[in-house]
Amino acid sequence: MPERYIARSTAIAARLLGGEMMVMSALDSTFFTLNEIATVIWQAADGRTPLSEIVANKICEEFDVDRERAQRGAEQFVDELSQHGILLVSNQPLLNSCPPQENS
Amino acid sequence: MSLLAEMNQRALNLGIPLSVHIDITYRCNERCVHCYLDHDDHGEMTTAEIFNVLAQLADAGVFFLVLSGGEVLMRRDFFEIVERARLLLFNVKVKTNGVMIRAREAARLRQLGVEQIQISVYSHRPEVHDAITKLPGSLKRTIRAIRFLKSQGLKVTIANVLMNGNFSDGAGVMALAKELGTSYTLDPTITPKMDGDTSILALRIPGSELKEIFHREELVGNVEEFCAPPPPAGEDVMEGYPCSAGHTACYISPYGDVFPCVQFPLPSGNVRRQKFLEIWRHSPQLNEVRSIRAKGLTVCSGCDHVGTCTRCPGLAYMEGSMRGPSTADCEKSFQRTGIPSANMLRRALAGPTTPLIQIQIH
Repeated sequence: MPERYIARSTAIAARLLGGEMMVMSALDSTFFTLNEIATVIWQAADGRTPLSEIVANKICEEFDVDRERAQRGAEQFVDELSQHGILLVSNQPLLNSCPPQENS
Repeated sequence: MSLLAEMNQRALNLGIPLSVHIDITYRCNERCVHCYLDHDDHGEMTTAEIFNVLAQLADAGVFFLVLSGGEVLMRRDFFEIVERARLLLFNVKVKTNGVMIRAREAARLRQLGVEQIQISVYSHRPEVHDAITKLPGSLKRTIRAIRFLKSQGLKVTIANVLMNGNFSDGAGVMALAKELGTSYTLDPTITPKMDGDTSILALRIPGSELKEIFHREELVGNVEEFCAPPPPAGEDVMEGYPCSAGHTACYISPYGDVFPCVQFPLPSGNVRRQKFLEIWRHSPQLNEVRSIRAKGLTVCSGCDHVGTCTRCPGLAYMEGSMRGPSTADCEKSFQRTGIPSANMLRRALAGPTTPLIQIQIH
Protein backbone atom coordinates (compact mmCIF):
# COMPACT_ATOMS: atom_id res chain seq x y z
CA MET A 1 0.00 0.00 0.00
CA PRO A 2 1.44 3.42 -0.93
CA GLU A 3 2.31 5.84 1.86
CA ARG A 4 -0.46 8.28 2.80
CA TYR A 5 -0.04 11.84 3.97
CA ILE A 6 -2.82 13.65 5.81
CA ALA A 7 -3.46 17.34 6.45
CA ARG A 8 -6.20 19.20 8.28
CA SER A 9 -8.54 21.20 6.02
CA THR A 10 -8.72 24.95 6.56
CA ALA A 11 -12.52 24.83 6.14
CA ILE A 12 -13.14 23.62 9.68
CA ALA A 13 -13.60 24.84 13.21
CA ALA A 14 -11.85 22.84 15.89
CA ARG A 15 -11.15 22.97 19.60
CA LEU A 16 -9.84 20.61 22.23
CA LEU A 17 -12.39 19.95 24.98
CA GLY A 18 -11.35 17.79 27.88
CA GLY A 19 -8.85 15.78 25.84
CA GLU A 20 -11.19 15.21 22.89
CA MET A 21 -11.25 17.29 19.73
CA MET A 22 -14.45 18.92 18.50
CA VAL A 23 -14.40 19.48 14.76
CA MET A 24 -17.06 21.10 12.62
CA SER A 25 -16.97 21.30 8.86
CA ALA A 26 -17.58 24.82 7.58
CA LEU A 27 -18.77 23.28 4.32
CA ASP A 28 -21.69 21.22 5.57
CA SER A 29 -21.73 21.86 9.36
CA THR A 30 -21.12 18.19 10.12
CA PHE A 31 -19.97 17.96 13.71
CA PHE A 32 -17.46 15.39 14.96
CA THR A 33 -15.89 14.61 18.26
CA LEU A 34 -12.65 12.68 18.11
CA ASN A 35 -11.63 10.35 20.88
CA GLU A 36 -8.19 10.58 22.44
CA ILE A 37 -6.45 8.42 19.82
CA ALA A 38 -8.18 10.12 16.88
CA THR A 39 -7.27 13.48 18.42
CA VAL A 40 -3.60 12.53 18.39
CA ILE A 41 -3.81 11.57 14.71
CA TRP A 42 -5.65 14.81 13.97
CA GLN A 43 -3.04 16.90 15.75
CA ALA A 44 -0.23 15.11 13.92
CA ALA A 45 -1.86 15.61 10.51
CA ASP A 46 0.66 18.17 9.28
CA GLY A 47 0.74 17.06 5.63
CA ARG A 48 4.38 16.04 5.93
CA THR A 49 4.42 13.07 8.30
CA PRO A 50 3.35 9.76 6.71
CA LEU A 51 0.32 8.18 8.38
CA SER A 52 2.31 5.02 9.14
CA GLU A 53 4.85 7.12 11.04
CA ILE A 54 2.10 8.84 13.02
CA VAL A 55 0.67 5.45 13.92
CA ALA A 56 4.06 4.04 14.90
CA ASN A 57 5.37 7.04 16.83
CA LYS A 58 2.26 8.56 18.31
CA ILE A 59 -0.35 5.83 18.64
CA CYS A 60 1.51 2.59 19.28
CA GLU A 61 3.95 4.21 21.67
CA GLU A 62 1.54 6.40 23.60
CA PHE A 63 -1.42 4.03 23.75
CA ASP A 64 0.29 0.63 23.74
CA VAL A 65 -1.71 -0.64 20.75
CA ASP A 66 -0.78 -3.38 18.33
CA ARG A 67 0.66 -1.73 15.19
CA GLU A 68 -1.44 -3.58 12.61
CA ARG A 69 -4.66 -2.91 14.48
CA ALA A 70 -3.75 0.73 15.03
CA GLN A 71 -2.94 1.19 11.32
CA ARG A 72 -6.30 -0.33 10.30
CA GLY A 73 -8.16 1.95 12.71
CA ALA A 74 -6.22 4.99 11.54
CA GLU A 75 -6.92 4.24 7.85
CA GLN A 76 -10.62 3.92 8.60
CA PHE A 77 -10.64 7.18 10.55
CA VAL A 78 -8.78 9.01 7.79
CA ASP A 79 -11.14 7.68 5.11
CA GLU A 80 -14.17 8.79 7.06
CA LEU A 81 -12.92 12.31 7.76
CA SER A 82 -11.65 12.76 4.21
CA GLN A 83 -15.10 11.89 2.88
CA HIS A 84 -16.40 14.93 4.76
CA GLY A 85 -13.57 17.10 3.44
CA ILE A 86 -12.08 17.85 6.84
CA LEU A 87 -8.92 15.82 6.31
CA LEU A 88 -6.98 16.01 3.07
CA VAL A 89 -5.26 12.82 1.95
CA SER A 90 -2.56 12.29 -0.65
CA ASN A 91 0.17 9.87 -1.64
CA GLN A 92 2.51 12.87 -1.72
CA PRO A 93 3.35 15.28 1.12
CA LEU A 94 0.76 18.07 1.38
CA LEU A 95 2.83 21.16 1.93
CA ASN A 96 1.37 24.50 3.09
CA SER A 97 -2.05 22.95 3.54
CA CYS A 98 -2.54 22.88 7.30
CA PRO A 99 -4.19 25.52 9.47
CA PRO A 100 -2.27 26.39 12.61
CA GLN A 101 -2.53 23.94 15.48
CA GLU A 102 -5.60 24.37 17.68
CA ASN A 103 -5.10 24.68 21.40
CA SER A 104 -3.78 21.59 23.09
CA MET B 1 -28.45 13.38 23.54
CA SER B 2 -26.97 15.01 20.43
CA LEU B 3 -23.21 15.37 20.06
CA LEU B 4 -23.52 19.14 20.51
CA ALA B 5 -25.57 18.71 23.68
CA GLU B 6 -22.94 16.29 24.96
CA MET B 7 -20.19 18.81 24.26
CA ASN B 8 -22.19 21.50 26.00
CA GLN B 9 -22.59 19.28 29.05
CA ARG B 10 -18.89 18.50 29.04
CA ALA B 11 -18.01 22.20 28.76
CA LEU B 12 -20.36 22.91 31.67
CA ASN B 13 -18.70 20.20 33.79
CA LEU B 14 -15.24 21.49 32.93
CA GLY B 15 -16.15 25.18 33.35
CA ILE B 16 -15.22 26.02 29.76
CA PRO B 17 -16.77 28.98 27.92
CA LEU B 18 -17.89 27.18 24.80
CA SER B 19 -19.56 30.25 23.24
CA VAL B 20 -18.58 33.90 23.32
CA HIS B 21 -20.43 36.79 21.72
CA ILE B 22 -18.32 39.85 20.95
CA ASP B 23 -19.80 43.13 19.79
CA ILE B 24 -16.88 44.61 17.89
CA THR B 25 -18.58 48.00 17.58
CA TYR B 26 -21.75 49.76 18.68
CA ARG B 27 -21.61 52.04 15.64
CA CYS B 28 -24.36 51.36 13.14
CA ASN B 29 -25.66 52.62 9.83
CA GLU B 30 -29.24 52.00 10.92
CA ARG B 31 -31.13 53.61 13.80
CA CYS B 32 -33.61 50.92 14.74
CA VAL B 33 -36.37 52.22 16.97
CA HIS B 34 -36.05 49.30 19.41
CA CYS B 35 -32.23 49.18 19.66
CA TYR B 36 -30.81 48.94 23.17
CA LEU B 37 -27.44 50.49 22.26
CA ASP B 38 -26.11 53.96 21.70
CA HIS B 39 -24.20 54.26 18.46
CA ASP B 40 -21.19 56.32 19.46
CA ASP B 41 -17.63 55.11 19.71
CA HIS B 42 -16.51 55.49 23.33
CA GLY B 43 -13.11 53.91 22.67
CA GLU B 44 -13.52 50.58 20.91
CA MET B 45 -10.84 47.93 21.22
CA THR B 46 -8.21 48.28 18.53
CA THR B 47 -7.48 45.56 16.00
CA ALA B 48 -4.48 44.44 18.07
CA GLU B 49 -6.56 44.33 21.25
CA ILE B 50 -9.23 42.22 19.56
CA PHE B 51 -6.58 39.86 18.15
CA ASN B 52 -5.22 39.47 21.66
CA VAL B 53 -8.68 38.72 23.05
CA LEU B 54 -9.32 36.17 20.30
CA ALA B 55 -6.07 34.36 21.14
CA GLN B 56 -7.08 34.28 24.81
CA LEU B 57 -10.53 32.95 23.94
CA ALA B 58 -9.02 30.16 21.82
CA ASP B 59 -6.74 29.22 24.72
CA ALA B 60 -9.74 29.23 27.06
CA GLY B 61 -11.48 26.64 24.84
CA VAL B 62 -14.07 28.85 23.12
CA PHE B 63 -15.45 27.09 20.04
CA PHE B 64 -18.47 29.18 18.97
CA LEU B 65 -17.71 32.84 18.32
CA VAL B 66 -20.45 35.34 17.48
CA LEU B 67 -19.28 38.62 15.95
CA SER B 68 -21.94 41.27 16.19
CA GLY B 69 -22.57 44.96 16.83
CA GLY B 70 -23.79 47.63 16.06
CA GLU B 71 -23.09 46.88 12.46
CA VAL B 72 -19.93 44.79 12.17
CA LEU B 73 -19.05 46.18 8.75
CA MET B 74 -18.74 49.68 10.21
CA ARG B 75 -15.29 48.51 11.32
CA ARG B 76 -12.76 48.79 8.51
CA ASP B 77 -10.84 45.88 10.02
CA PHE B 78 -13.87 43.57 10.09
CA PHE B 79 -12.47 41.07 7.59
CA GLU B 80 -9.09 41.10 9.34
CA ILE B 81 -10.89 40.15 12.56
CA VAL B 82 -12.84 37.36 10.85
CA GLU B 83 -9.66 36.11 9.20
CA ARG B 84 -7.85 35.99 12.54
CA ALA B 85 -10.82 34.25 14.16
CA ARG B 86 -10.84 31.60 11.46
CA LEU B 87 -7.07 31.12 11.70
CA LEU B 88 -7.70 30.38 15.37
CA LEU B 89 -10.27 27.80 14.22
CA PHE B 90 -13.36 29.33 15.80
CA ASN B 91 -16.77 28.44 14.46
CA VAL B 92 -17.76 31.97 13.43
CA LYS B 93 -21.27 33.35 13.21
CA VAL B 94 -21.77 36.94 12.05
CA LYS B 95 -24.76 39.11 12.88
CA THR B 96 -25.30 42.00 10.48
CA ASN B 97 -28.01 44.07 8.83
CA GLY B 98 -26.44 43.23 5.48
CA VAL B 99 -26.73 46.75 4.11
CA MET B 100 -22.99 46.93 3.30
CA ILE B 101 -22.68 43.41 1.88
CA ARG B 102 -22.28 43.09 -1.85
CA ALA B 103 -20.84 40.35 -4.05
CA ARG B 104 -17.26 40.95 -2.93
CA GLU B 105 -18.03 40.89 0.79
CA ALA B 106 -20.18 37.77 0.39
CA ALA B 107 -17.38 35.99 -1.47
CA ARG B 108 -14.89 36.95 1.25
CA LEU B 109 -17.15 35.60 4.00
CA ARG B 110 -17.43 32.35 2.10
CA GLN B 111 -13.69 32.17 1.51
CA LEU B 112 -13.05 32.67 5.22
CA GLY B 113 -15.34 29.78 6.13
CA VAL B 114 -17.88 31.71 8.19
CA GLU B 115 -20.43 29.21 9.49
CA GLN B 116 -23.54 31.34 9.47
CA ILE B 117 -24.75 34.88 8.83
CA GLN B 118 -27.71 36.19 10.79
CA ILE B 119 -29.51 39.13 9.25
CA SER B 120 -32.23 41.23 10.84
CA VAL B 121 -35.40 41.68 8.79
CA TYR B 122 -38.38 43.38 10.40
CA SER B 123 -40.94 43.13 7.64
CA HIS B 124 -41.40 41.95 4.08
CA ARG B 125 -42.84 45.40 3.39
CA PRO B 126 -40.23 48.10 2.71
CA GLU B 127 -42.31 50.85 4.29
CA VAL B 128 -42.52 48.92 7.58
CA HIS B 129 -38.92 47.62 7.68
CA ASP B 130 -37.43 50.99 6.69
CA ALA B 131 -39.57 52.81 9.25
CA ILE B 132 -38.06 50.60 11.98
CA THR B 133 -34.45 50.91 10.77
CA LYS B 134 -34.92 54.59 9.89
CA LEU B 135 -32.74 53.97 6.83
CA PRO B 136 -34.59 54.47 3.54
CA GLY B 137 -34.00 51.62 1.10
CA SER B 138 -32.62 49.34 3.81
CA LEU B 139 -34.91 46.36 3.14
CA LYS B 140 -33.98 46.38 -0.54
CA ARG B 141 -30.28 46.43 0.32
CA THR B 142 -30.65 43.76 2.99
CA ILE B 143 -32.50 41.42 0.61
CA ARG B 144 -29.85 42.04 -2.04
CA ALA B 145 -27.18 41.07 0.52
CA ILE B 146 -29.02 37.85 1.36
CA ARG B 147 -29.09 36.94 -2.32
CA PHE B 148 -25.33 37.56 -2.62
CA LEU B 149 -24.67 35.44 0.47
CA LYS B 150 -26.91 32.63 -0.71
CA SER B 151 -25.28 32.66 -4.14
CA GLN B 152 -22.01 31.90 -2.30
CA GLY B 153 -23.66 28.91 -0.63
CA LEU B 154 -23.54 30.51 2.82
CA LYS B 155 -26.02 29.64 5.55
CA VAL B 156 -28.22 32.63 6.29
CA THR B 157 -30.79 33.07 9.05
CA ILE B 158 -33.33 35.84 9.04
CA ALA B 159 -33.91 37.13 12.57
CA ASN B 160 -37.32 38.73 12.88
CA VAL B 161 -37.77 40.86 15.99
CA LEU B 162 -41.47 41.49 16.44
CA MET B 163 -42.74 44.60 18.17
CA ASN B 164 -45.55 47.12 18.03
CA GLY B 165 -45.62 48.18 14.41
CA ASN B 166 -44.60 44.92 12.73
CA PHE B 167 -46.15 42.09 14.76
CA SER B 168 -48.58 41.23 11.99
CA ASP B 169 -45.73 40.73 9.50
CA GLY B 170 -44.21 37.58 10.99
CA ALA B 171 -45.80 35.29 8.42
CA GLY B 172 -44.75 37.65 5.59
CA VAL B 173 -41.11 37.62 6.74
CA MET B 174 -41.25 33.86 7.10
CA ALA B 175 -42.50 33.55 3.51
CA LEU B 176 -39.69 35.87 2.40
CA ALA B 177 -37.17 33.66 4.21
CA LYS B 178 -38.55 30.63 2.40
CA GLU B 179 -38.34 32.40 -0.94
CA LEU B 180 -34.71 33.42 -0.26
CA GLY B 181 -33.75 29.95 1.03
CA THR B 182 -32.83 31.07 4.54
CA SER B 183 -33.89 29.82 7.93
CA TYR B 184 -36.08 32.02 10.10
CA THR B 185 -36.28 32.87 13.77
CA LEU B 186 -38.77 35.15 15.45
CA ASP B 187 -38.17 36.97 18.68
CA PRO B 188 -40.74 39.12 20.46
CA THR B 189 -38.23 40.35 23.07
CA ILE B 190 -37.58 44.05 23.46
CA THR B 191 -35.01 44.79 26.14
CA PRO B 192 -34.28 48.01 28.03
CA LYS B 193 -31.33 50.04 26.79
CA MET B 194 -27.89 49.19 28.17
CA ASP B 195 -27.98 52.45 30.17
CA GLY B 196 -31.19 51.35 31.92
CA ASP B 197 -33.57 53.52 29.87
CA THR B 198 -36.84 51.60 29.65
CA SER B 199 -38.70 53.89 27.25
CA ILE B 200 -38.35 51.44 24.35
CA LEU B 201 -40.29 48.82 26.30
CA ALA B 202 -43.41 50.63 25.04
CA LEU B 203 -42.65 48.85 21.75
CA ARG B 204 -43.33 45.43 23.26
CA ILE B 205 -46.19 43.57 21.63
CA PRO B 206 -49.44 43.85 23.60
CA GLY B 207 -50.55 40.62 25.29
CA SER B 208 -53.50 39.84 23.01
CA GLU B 209 -51.32 40.03 19.89
CA LEU B 210 -48.59 37.98 21.57
CA LYS B 211 -51.19 35.28 22.22
CA GLU B 212 -52.15 35.28 18.56
CA ILE B 213 -48.50 34.93 17.48
CA PHE B 214 -47.94 32.03 19.87
CA HIS B 215 -50.96 30.23 18.46
CA ARG B 216 -50.02 30.45 14.78
CA GLU B 217 -48.77 27.11 13.52
CA GLU B 218 -46.71 28.62 10.71
CA LEU B 219 -44.71 30.59 13.29
CA VAL B 220 -44.35 28.21 16.23
CA GLY B 221 -44.81 24.74 14.74
CA ASN B 222 -46.94 22.36 16.80
CA VAL B 223 -49.28 24.77 18.62
CA GLU B 224 -50.68 22.13 20.97
CA GLU B 225 -47.19 21.21 22.13
CA PHE B 226 -45.91 24.81 22.20
CA CYS B 227 -48.87 26.07 24.21
CA ALA B 228 -49.32 23.04 26.47
CA PRO B 229 -49.76 23.65 30.22
CA PRO B 230 -46.46 23.21 32.04
CA PRO B 231 -45.84 19.78 33.58
CA PRO B 232 -45.08 19.66 37.32
CA ALA B 233 -41.44 20.56 37.98
CA GLY B 234 -39.26 17.71 39.20
CA GLU B 235 -36.12 17.88 41.30
CA ASP B 236 -33.94 18.11 38.19
CA VAL B 237 -35.78 21.29 37.20
CA MET B 238 -35.49 22.82 40.67
CA GLU B 239 -31.76 22.06 40.79
CA GLY B 240 -31.30 23.37 37.24
CA TYR B 241 -29.76 26.65 36.17
CA PRO B 242 -31.65 29.12 33.98
CA CYS B 243 -29.47 29.41 30.86
CA SER B 244 -25.91 29.20 29.56
CA ALA B 245 -25.03 32.80 30.62
CA GLY B 246 -21.92 32.63 32.80
CA HIS B 247 -21.87 28.82 32.63
CA THR B 248 -20.71 28.08 29.07
CA ALA B 249 -21.22 31.50 27.49
CA CYS B 250 -20.51 35.16 27.97
CA TYR B 251 -20.47 38.50 26.18
CA ILE B 252 -17.70 41.04 25.51
CA SER B 253 -18.47 44.64 24.56
CA PRO B 254 -16.47 46.74 22.06
CA TYR B 255 -14.76 48.33 25.08
CA GLY B 256 -13.59 45.03 26.52
CA ASP B 257 -16.22 44.79 29.24
CA VAL B 258 -17.24 41.22 30.04
CA PHE B 259 -20.85 40.41 30.91
CA PRO B 260 -22.65 37.10 31.50
CA CYS B 261 -24.68 37.68 28.31
CA VAL B 262 -25.52 40.45 25.84
CA GLN B 263 -28.89 40.73 27.62
CA PHE B 264 -27.38 40.74 31.10
CA PRO B 265 -25.62 44.07 31.74
CA LEU B 266 -23.82 43.01 34.93
CA PRO B 267 -20.22 44.23 34.54
CA SER B 268 -17.97 41.29 35.43
CA GLY B 269 -14.51 42.46 34.38
CA ASN B 270 -12.62 44.05 31.49
CA VAL B 271 -10.18 42.30 29.17
CA ARG B 272 -8.14 45.50 28.86
CA ARG B 273 -7.20 45.21 32.52
CA GLN B 274 -7.41 41.47 33.23
CA LYS B 275 -6.83 38.21 31.43
CA PHE B 276 -10.03 36.73 30.07
CA LEU B 277 -9.59 33.46 31.95
CA GLU B 278 -9.03 35.30 35.22
CA ILE B 279 -12.39 37.04 34.71
CA TRP B 280 -14.13 33.86 33.57
CA ARG B 281 -12.93 31.81 36.51
CA HIS B 282 -12.81 34.31 39.35
CA SER B 283 -15.21 37.18 38.70
CA PRO B 284 -17.51 37.43 41.74
CA GLN B 285 -20.31 38.57 39.43
CA LEU B 286 -20.04 35.55 37.14
CA ASN B 287 -19.81 33.26 40.16
CA GLU B 288 -22.95 34.87 41.56
CA VAL B 289 -24.77 34.22 38.25
CA ARG B 290 -23.55 30.60 38.34
CA SER B 291 -25.05 30.12 41.78
CA ILE B 292 -28.62 30.76 40.56
CA ARG B 293 -30.81 27.67 40.74
CA ALA B 294 -34.53 27.41 40.02
CA LYS B 295 -35.18 26.41 43.64
CA GLY B 296 -33.59 29.66 44.81
CA LEU B 297 -35.69 32.03 42.68
CA THR B 298 -37.60 34.42 44.90
CA VAL B 299 -40.99 34.20 43.18
CA CYS B 300 -40.52 31.86 40.24
CA SER B 301 -39.54 28.81 42.32
CA GLY B 302 -43.21 28.53 43.30
CA CYS B 303 -44.55 29.21 39.80
CA ASP B 304 -46.29 26.59 37.62
CA HIS B 305 -44.09 27.72 34.73
CA VAL B 306 -40.75 27.29 36.49
CA GLY B 307 -39.70 24.36 34.30
CA THR B 308 -40.83 25.71 30.93
CA CYS B 309 -40.64 29.51 31.20
CA THR B 310 -38.08 31.36 29.08
CA ARG B 311 -37.27 33.48 32.15
CA CYS B 312 -34.19 35.52 31.29
CA PRO B 313 -32.00 36.23 34.34
CA GLY B 314 -30.63 39.28 32.50
CA LEU B 315 -34.06 40.80 32.05
CA ALA B 316 -34.85 39.93 35.67
CA TYR B 317 -31.62 41.66 36.69
CA MET B 318 -32.69 44.77 34.78
CA GLU B 319 -35.99 44.65 36.70
CA GLY B 320 -34.14 44.61 39.99
CA SER B 321 -32.95 41.09 40.83
CA MET B 322 -31.29 38.31 38.85
CA ARG B 323 -33.21 35.86 41.07
CA GLY B 324 -36.52 37.67 40.60
CA PRO B 325 -39.12 37.38 37.88
CA SER B 326 -38.84 38.83 34.39
CA THR B 327 -42.30 40.22 33.72
CA ALA B 328 -41.83 40.03 29.94
CA ASP B 329 -41.29 36.29 30.26
CA CYS B 330 -44.24 35.97 32.68
CA GLU B 331 -46.36 37.56 29.96
CA LYS B 332 -45.03 35.14 27.34
CA SER B 333 -45.75 32.11 29.54
CA PHE B 334 -49.24 33.41 30.25
CA GLN B 335 -50.09 34.23 26.64
CA ARG B 336 -48.69 30.88 25.50
CA THR B 337 -50.59 28.70 27.98
CA GLY B 338 -53.37 30.85 29.45
CA ILE B 339 -52.04 30.10 32.94
CA PRO B 340 -50.98 33.18 34.94
CA SER B 341 -47.52 33.15 36.47
CA ALA B 342 -46.90 33.31 40.23
CA ASN B 343 -45.60 36.83 39.72
CA MET B 344 -48.82 37.90 37.98
CA LEU B 345 -50.95 36.38 40.75
CA ARG B 346 -48.83 38.07 43.40
CA ARG B 347 -49.26 41.42 41.70
CA ALA B 348 -53.00 40.93 41.29
CA LEU B 349 -53.32 40.14 45.01
CA ALA B 350 -51.33 43.21 45.93
CA GLY B 351 -53.79 45.30 43.92
CA PRO B 352 -53.01 48.51 42.10
CA THR B 353 -50.17 50.42 43.65
CA THR B 354 -50.97 53.93 44.77
CA PRO B 355 -48.35 56.58 45.35
CA LEU B 356 -47.66 57.53 48.95
CA ILE B 357 -48.35 61.15 48.17
CA GLN B 358 -50.35 62.82 45.43
CA ILE B 359 -49.94 66.46 44.61
CA GLN B 360 -52.08 68.46 42.27
CA ILE B 361 -50.90 71.89 41.27
CA HIS B 362 -53.46 74.37 40.01
